[in-house]
Amino acid sequence: MADKKAMIGAKRTVLVTGAAGALAQRVIARLATTHHVIAVDFRRKVETDANIPSYKVELEKRGFEDVFRNHKVDAVIHIGRIFPHERDRVHRYNSNVLGSKRLLELCRKYYVRQVLIHSTYFVYGASPYNPALLDEDAPLKASEVTQDLVDSVELESLANIYLWKHPELNITILRPCNVLGPGVKNSMSLLLSRKLAPVLVGFSPMMQFLHVDDMADALVTAFEQNKPGIYNVAPEDWVAYQKAVEECGCRKLPIPSIPPALPRTISRLLNWNAFFPTYLCNYFKYPVILDGRLFRETFSWKPRRNLNDIFSYYRHAKAGAEAAAVE
Amino acid sequence: MAGFGLNLKERVLSRLVTPEIDALMSKIPKPVGSFGYDPWGYNEDIAKVGVACVRWLYEKYFRVVAHGLENIPARGRVLIVPNHSGQLPMDGVMIGYALATNPHGPRAARAMIERFFPTVPWLGNLLNAFGGVIGDPVNCVKMLESEEAILVFPEGVRGSGKLYKDRYKLQRFGNGFMHLAMSQKVPIIPVGVVGAEETMPSIYDIKPLAKLLGIPYAPIAPLLPLPARIHLNFGEPMHFKGGVGTSEEEVTAKVEEVKDAIRALIEKGLQERTKIF
Repeated sequence: MADKKAMIGAKRTVLVTGAAGALAQRVIARLATTHHVIAVDFRRKVETDANIPSYKVELEKRGFEDVFRNHKVDAVIHIGRIFPHERDRVHRYNSNVLGSKRLLELCRKYYVRQVLIHSTYFVYGASPYNPALLDEDAPLKASEVTQDLVDSVELESLANIYLWKHPELNITILRPCNVLGPGVKNSMSLLLSRKLAPVLVGFSPMMQFLHVDDMADALVTAFEQNKPGIYNVAPEDWVAYQKAVEECGCRKLPIPSIPPALPRTISRLLNWNAFFPTYLCNYFKYPVILDGRLFRETFSWKPRRNLNDIFSYYRHAKAGAEAAAVE
Repeated sequence: MAGFGLNLKERVLSRLVTPEIDALMSKIPKPVGSFGYDPWGYNEDIAKVGVACVRWLYEKYFRVVAHGLENIPARGRVLIVPNHSGQLPMDGVMIGYALATNPHGPRAARAMIERFFPTVPWLGNLLNAFGGVIGDPVNCVKMLESEEAILVFPEGVRGSGKLYKDRYKLQRFGNGFMHLAMSQKVPIIPVGVVGAEETMPSIYDIKPLAKLLGIPYAPIAPLLPLPARIHLNFGEPMHFKGGVGTSEEEVTAKVEEVKDAIRALIEKGLQERTKIF
């Protein structure tokens, strides 16, 4: 019994944000046996195993500090983010930027010694002038493309300031490409789950996709090895968007691409905010291809599922739904 | 109906992409992902169709004669540097075909294209699928790191858009390719292109119209390329050394060496040409 206590005492306590999401749940499942995990989410109090404390908190609210008061948090994995289709711009800014700043401040105050931040490839911005295989030091041009991504870029620059100013926080920022798979509810996953997927006429940019299980492995690997820095997370495989749409069993819904305001207007009028939002129109037109070599080599990691594994989930889900409808 | 359409597409493709082209293209040392794409949008299957379509232009229309193909290394990084002419980049297309069907070892030529192409529907993606990429230094470095053959026209639109009266006069070369050659330790293959000048002789460039349309130039020229005979002369590899201490003046001097080599190859082409059409 004493041994068991000592063993439990040796376990580190990890706070995971965004715990209601598919990715965070996988990360929690992977860490649950080796760490004390605390699950927090702004959306709802997540149902967890008995030994995992779960809270519904908003990062920018005062109550959040109580989590740090009540638990000796050793590390934070910050996955939780409010998507544009969930709240308006002001709310999003408050939570994603100011909330993250508050989180980092609390990490300092309560001597947290490791912070892993889940960012996005959107920060690079989709532009016709993008070279392929962007390195981590490529400029973050997303805010030039749309105001709706300003919060993603600002969160990164905040994290960067803390990265050099407070090395004791051991901050690692991961910028993954599109993450897909069962339970994932980001725009791309919602889009590929549909029978009819909008495509911009004459444009089929190259894209990269990661299975959510591989991304969870990447997060856990980066967490366990603790090598602070900024890393792209992407496989060495590429596919054109319209090909991905076909492979996921979607039918293409051609949307006029010229003038550029037209697809944005269509998206706004038809309220496609969840799966084909106005602010992502450029990402369906121009490529943002990451060079994920630094992450792969630094952490000796590589994805275990290929593009076909990823797409077949969407294909089978549709085939299953159709079969059920027939019955 | 859909089945018939698919069938027709397959039949047309099988007529176009002959086993010979298929065999040749499969020898190209080109890494691609699980769906046949590379990071820049090159696609094996579309590139094959491209080569098949260009075949008639190369053999029958422009009746291209290529010398010195043995100078192109079968593997490893290389910069192919020709003169540029003819309003439309037919010279690039012909060099691309010559490289893809080179009996000494086929290569996929990665042409550096103008920055406005990715904004043009269909054409942007199609050029990418054939191997074209925007001429960005990051693209060049990454491609050379993965041992690709890059086709670069250092004259850019200054060369392709020049008037017929200036034919076979090299325009100013950008120095970027030389910096790459030195930093990435890449051999340069100079190429002299003769005949492309005559495919689309331009007598005047309507600059205000070009500005209005947002295109590099608006020539008064034949609407379609004329069937002029094209002669390609590939020179021997040139190697250049340099580093941080190399001044821009020294780089320009090295660029002049390449220009001299290209001038000599153009002269050779003009000498061997007996008929323009």
